[in-house]
Amino acid sequence: MSNLLGLEVKKIAPTPPEEVERVKNWINSEEYKEKNFARQALVITPAHACQPLGAELAAHGFEGTLPFVHGSQGCTSYFRSTFNRHYREPAPAASSAMSEDGAVFGGQNNLHEGLENAVALYKPKMIAVFTSCMPEVIGDDLTAFIKNAKQKGCVPNDLPTPYANTPSFNGCHIHGYDSMLVSILQTLTEGKQIEGRCTGKLNLIPGCDFNTGNYREYKRILKEFGVPYTLLADISETFDSPLDGHYRIYPGGTKLDDAADSINGKATIALGSYSTTKTFGWVKDNYSGKHVSMPVPFGVAKTDAFLMKISELFGKPIPDSLKAERGRAVDLMTDAHQYIHGKKFAVYGDPDYLLGYVSFLLEMGAVPYHILCSKGTKKLEKEIQALLDASMYGKEGKIYINKDLWHMHSLLMTDPVDAMIGDTHGKLQARTAKIPLFRFGFPVFDRVNLHRIPLIGYQGVLNMLSTICNKFIDITDDTCDDRHFEMMR
Amino acid sequence: MRQIAIYGKGGIGKSTTTQNTVAGLAYLGKKVMIVGCDPKADSTRLILHAKAQNTVMDLVRERGTVEDLELEDVMKVGYGDTKCVESGGPEPGVGCAGRGVITAINFLEENGAYTPDLDFVFYDVLGDVVCGGFAMPIREGKAEEIYIVCSGEMMAMYAANNIAKGILKYASSGKVRLAGLICNARKTDKEFELVSALAAKLSTQMIHFVPRDNQVQRAEMRRMTVIEYSPEHPQAQEYRTLAEKILNNKMLVVPTPLEMEELEDLLMEFGVMEAEDESVVGVVEAAAA
Repeated sequence: MSNLLGLEVKKIAPTPPEEVERVKNWINSEEYKEKNFARQALVITPAHACQPLGAELAAHGFEGTLPFVHGSQGCTSYFRSTFNRHYREPAPAASSAMSEDGAVFGGQNNLHEGLENAVALYKPKMIAVFTSCMPEVIGDDLTAFIKNAKQKGCVPNDLPTPYANTPSFNGCHIHGYDSMLVSILQTLTEGKQIEGRCTGKLNLIPGCDFNTGNYREYKRILKEFGVPYTLLADISETFDSPLDGHYRIYPGGTKLDDAADSINGKATIALGSYSTTKTFGWVKDNYSGKHVSMPVPFGVAKTDAFLMKISELFGKPIPDSLKAERGRAVDLMTDAHQYIHGKKFAVYGDPDYLLGYVSFLLEMGAVPYHILCSKGTKKLEKEIQALLDASMYGKEGKIYINKDLWHMHSLLMTDPVDAMIGDTHGKLQARTAKIPLFRFGFPVFDRVNLHRIPLIGYQGVLNMLSTICNKFIDITDDTCDDRHFEMMR
Repeated sequence: MRQIAIYGKGGIGKSTTTQNTVAGLAYLGKKVMIVGCDPKADSTRLILHAKAQNTVMDLVRERGTVEDLELEDVMKVGYGDTKCVESGGPEPGVGCAGRGVITAINFLEENGAYTPDLDFVFYDVLGDVVCGGFAMPIREGKAEEIYIVCSGEMMAMYAANNIAKGILKYASSGKVRLAGLICNARKTDKEFELVSALAAKLSTQMIHFVPRDNQVQRAEMRRMTVIEYSPEHPQAQEYRTLAEKILNNKMLVVPTPLEMEELEDLLMEFGVMEAEDESVVGVVEAAAA
């Protein structure tokens, strides 16, 4: 065999086609699954990202805030390009760009020069500093570095500069989100608590949520209620801003004054206990008013609980408009149930989202069958198990904690399901298993506008259910024989 | 070219022993390079008669990047044509000194410091091998011979055994071998016998017993090795003997480090350590009285 230049090329490893075929089938076998699950030292396509990515999301949720990565430049590019691909929007962030010498001498100089430049060039109202692996491994003392930066005047003394240690090799994006958010709140609210003052507002902490549609939905619900609120944090304008010909480096986010005053709020609701653990723990001990931690409102039951909690905290009845919305949700669930009832699902993603998928599916009489979290805990396992146990559709569900999407491959091939819910990373597994993948998670690189479609609340029930059921109907239309190709479905 | 790494407990006299031995090899007409792998950068002062002014990392700090460095900037030539380089490193308490060693050795390799005319390269490594960076000199393709400097003191023996454990880890996957213990005598009781016994247990040899002699300190005050300062002195002859033994050493072994109990038994046997009285463990003075 010769190549384009006419040179003789030897095949590196001539593999006979029957051998290729054998291995192709073998990796789908029960025998392979056993080996796959015995795997210890290797992770193949985990379904989570690293801490600083989550930290950057939290930073983008505040007015005029520049996310600042203390670490190497490549990490920063990864976070930014992940946001670019998911939202198809710019994600401005700065980096201290540590290199070889920074690794040896510590990153203080890089950080100081970087902060000085960032202040001069990008005129932020707040700089949120978080770390990547390198400074964490060499033990950079961020607390001292930031204090020194203020003393040296690299950062004006009155410029809020919260910071979080977010080593990428520990935890995942939800933990970085949590650490950054609590640090931002601690910084902004310092000295702002006023005895006897109550803003009368609800502080809503949506948790590590990448869906801008969800944020808009929360705001709409609270507007219907007539409950004044502060979202901590709000990324909806940052990553879904109008195209009007003007570039704005900081297009949105929660006002810093509002965030500062949130400590005097009437009540605080933190959604998603797994991505707001630290934040809620601190808020509970320091904020005025009442504090509640609840699951992300996926499905009817969790949305009901969310609305009733707001009603209880603010002494306001649930508005008729939302009651009507609930009625419509129940109606559309009834209309659609036969297309999803009894269908088996594989689901994977962040703990708080997984809990949401599972309860939504159970409500529809669908079977959450393979439930996989690549960064989870025993507590999560128990919590999901409790959901499964409480429903007659949960009996067959099995939970896989700290397993990856290659484990998922084995599960799908040896014990097939009808569909999968997750993010773009599972598309290969879905294709191999010849099942649809519903991209409700993060990130979504290969479909448009999904981050604008809310999944929470009654509106979320409509969106998820329509997406799922219509896809199943499409499949029937595409694959049924001519005799069964019907106008009515 | 033989590459040799010298390890041992901090303060045991690694740098002094290394430089005197290297001076001995130079005296025998060998071409040697010393690579100091310690942020304190005092591995070459006796050869150069001065503390190395420009360590690799000093210059990296000054110029901001290792790319702008040239070999001449960091390599100095001292007694007996011995080439000297110090890795240097960050201030104590910040950054990563281990990474500094890696950066420095990579720099030396990429810039052709390992010339074929060299007979020996000596790495003088910081006492406690606290992280992977300080094991850089014994990675694949670098030093394959290791000498541990020790004495008859208990902590020095503990350290020697621990270092042997580290070597074992590298030896099982590569070519690095333990070449012997160098006893830098502290005039403790039965020191010769004890260190010989430990060497035997580790499956190696005590390659030389360097007696204690204040001539070493007298030479050091003049920033010189004994060999250069007083070549006729008996202590100079000791280092030349050590150099010759190293030159002819063929005994390279995979060490067999001792379990803690075994080591303590050995120390007790030689009276360095007393048997532990379990009844007094954790009892405060007032309660014991």
